[in-house]
Amino acid sequence: MSINRRDFLKLTAASGILLASDVKPGQAATGKEMPPQAVGFLYDATLCIGCKSCMYNCKKYNTMPGGALYTEDGRNMNEWNGPEQIWDAPRDLTAKTLNIIKAYAEEGEQSFIKRHCMHCVDPGCVSACPVSAMQKDGKTGIVTYDADKCIGCRYCQVACPFNVPKFEWEEAFPQLRKCELCRHRLAEGDIPACCEFCPTGASIFGPVEELRKEAEMRLRLRTGSEYEYPVGTVDGAFKLPKKVDQYVNHIHGLEEVGGCQYLMLASVPFDKLGMPTLPKKSYASTSEGIQHVLYNKMIAPIVVFGVLAGAAFRSTKSERGERDE
Amino acid sequence: MSESKPLGGKIFTRAFAVAFLFALIGGWFLIQRFAQGLGAVSNMSDGFPWGLWITYDVVIGTALGCGGFAMAILVYILNKGEYHPLVRSALLTSVFGYSLAAFSVFIDIGRYWNFHHVLLPQYWNFSSVLLEVALCIALYVAVLWIEFSPAFLEKGGGPQASKGVNRIMFIFIAFGVLLPTMHQSSLGTLMVISGYKLSPLWQTPFLPLLFLISAVAMGFALTVFESFVSSLAFGRPLETKMIGKLAGVIPGLLIAFLVVRWGDLAFRGAFGAAFGGGWPMIMFWVENILFILPVVMLLPRPNREKAGTLCLAAFWMVMAGAVYRFNVFLVGFSPAPGWSYFPAAPEIFVTLGIVSVEVMGYLIFVRALPVLPEPERA
Repeated sequence: MSINRRDFLKLTAASGILLASDVKPGQAATGKEMPPQAVGFLYDATLCIGCKSCMYNCKKYNTMPGGALYTEDGRNMNEWNGPEQIWDAPRDLTAKTLNIIKAYAEEGEQSFIKRHCMHCVDPGCVSACPVSAMQKDGKTGIVTYDADKCIGCRYCQVACPFNVPKFEWEEAFPQLRKCELCRHRLAEGDIPACCEFCPTGASIFGPVEELRKEAEMRLRLRTGSEYEYPVGTVDGAFKLPKKVDQYVNHIHGLEEVGGCQYLMLASVPFDKLGMPTLPKKSYASTSEGIQHVLYNKMIAPIVVFGVLAGAAFRSTKSERGERDE
Repeated sequence: MSESKPLGGKIFTRAFAVAFLFALIGGWFLIQRFAQGLGAVSNMSDGFPWGLWITYDVVIGTALGCGGFAMAILVYILNKGEYHPLVRSALLTSVFGYSLAAFSVFIDIGRYWNFHHVLLPQYWNFSSVLLEVALCIALYVAVLWIEFSPAFLEKGGGPQASKGVNRIMFIFIAFGVLLPTMHQSSLGTLMVISGYKLSPLWQTPFLPLLFLISAVAMGFALTVFESFVSSLAFGRPLETKMIGKLAGVIPGLLIAFLVVRWGDLAFRGAFGAAFGGGWPMIMFWVENILFILPVVMLLPRPNREKAGTLCLAAFWMVMAGAVYRFNVFLVGFSPAPGWSYFPAAPEIFVTLGIVSVEVMGYLIFVRALPVLPEPERA
């Protein structure tokens, strides 16, 4: 019996090590920090004229090599632009539309809204992805997608509070598609297409810290006064003067689900523009918190396994052909 | 152990033929799925990225496959040896339930050629609840086949042939209880990250606990139900006495479930939505009535000695767990205004095909291998 017990303890320890390899060192359960050099967008709906130049150029530049819509067969490019093709008029984000301008007009109010990936500080998709295909860049904070890793489980779609990642349902060999903040253009020293080709400064690019300051400053401007709005980038030299609209006193994306790298200002409440009303704490951190409590260093599972193996060892005595002592 | 015996008899019966036909139809739609993509055969969308296949074949299918898990807790962990004759047939249902759930995942994921990434450490993301579910299910499928392997060994070499594997079986039994505890609870945790998209009637940090309790209850209920169905189907004597005792576990589990479920609803002040109208409201009440029914039916001890009551109560219990899972994954899920989902016909046929393969596998195995208890001893 004593030999058996020793063997049993050895086995338990061995399985413990096996299970313990599940632990990621220094894994934080909650409270993700934004990288200090994170970049993002500021969209000011009061400046948007709905020209959709951002949509056109998003497709144009993302179907080029390196872009988030690029395919080797050029299928995404041909489907919207070519001699035989009709102009597509998407109604929502799709696997071919990573950026969309929507219009709202009701009760005498009207506004546009520009939808694409929010590049959350604590992204649901990154937390959810089982194979690390969705990642948050440690420097820029861009939420990136790697099709070579992706298994197409679509848990990112379930997990995204903004319903951003889109799946190629009609393809036999599908991918997920989402805005990746034109990282291929940033690598070349350019800025995201939607900001570069926005003629009014409604979409501007820059470090998130500066975008936050700019947004907070705009909320303090006196309605009706004149302000020189930067175009292209938050620190752009080119500015357009415009009378300040009546803003809703809220920066969407500042605190939603732990903060986003895409900030929005508007003159119409954001829920009317189709933005979900979200808590400050990310759902990802709640989910990871549960996992952390249950699986912290795999201690609980190892202890449970030990108890179970002990009990099973006792009750299978007759099956091992041993006599009761 | 010589308490199990092959049933023998002809394998290609009429029931088998019907199952075979459904498997063929399902197979036809699977060819379409792989040739033309998921959109060609399913009503899944960017709003409802998970449909019938994940909800039924994986989330409910594995819970129905919890018989092996539930019986292992009872027989090996709580050391109730008298239920041992039921273990092997419960294990068999689990083997098929889980193996086909894994197959369903393979057909559901869009980039199935990358399937193996889930098993390779360089890809792992430990924040992902789905990674834990996938790894645990993959491991558990292997554990189940090992737990079931004595049936194969005894077929070839008689009762003594499984002695070797039985010597170390306690390790696999322990894994066979630990792994389902982990992934059946995590199947509930999966939906926590969906946040506001899941109705407050179901969205709670207690999802893992509720999924675990209901999975164990479903495991027992399905073992009870399956015992009756196989007795009737194969013209064997009913195992009412043992099954009745076994069913006594169910009310306690369900009361625990309902206390957590209703306590949580009250604590979160979510009862308002139970009168909010629409499908979620209706299905919430259907679910709760289904959970209360087996408690009411099985609490009085004399009822547990009546075969009909036992069988029906077990059926309601299985339905309760299934409806609860449907509600969490589909009925209570609303990503944004304008999205809706009901499975497409080909989707339903694929699921029917998979269930048919399970039935066919079960029929072959119980006839050819020592699975069901010997009638005179049972």
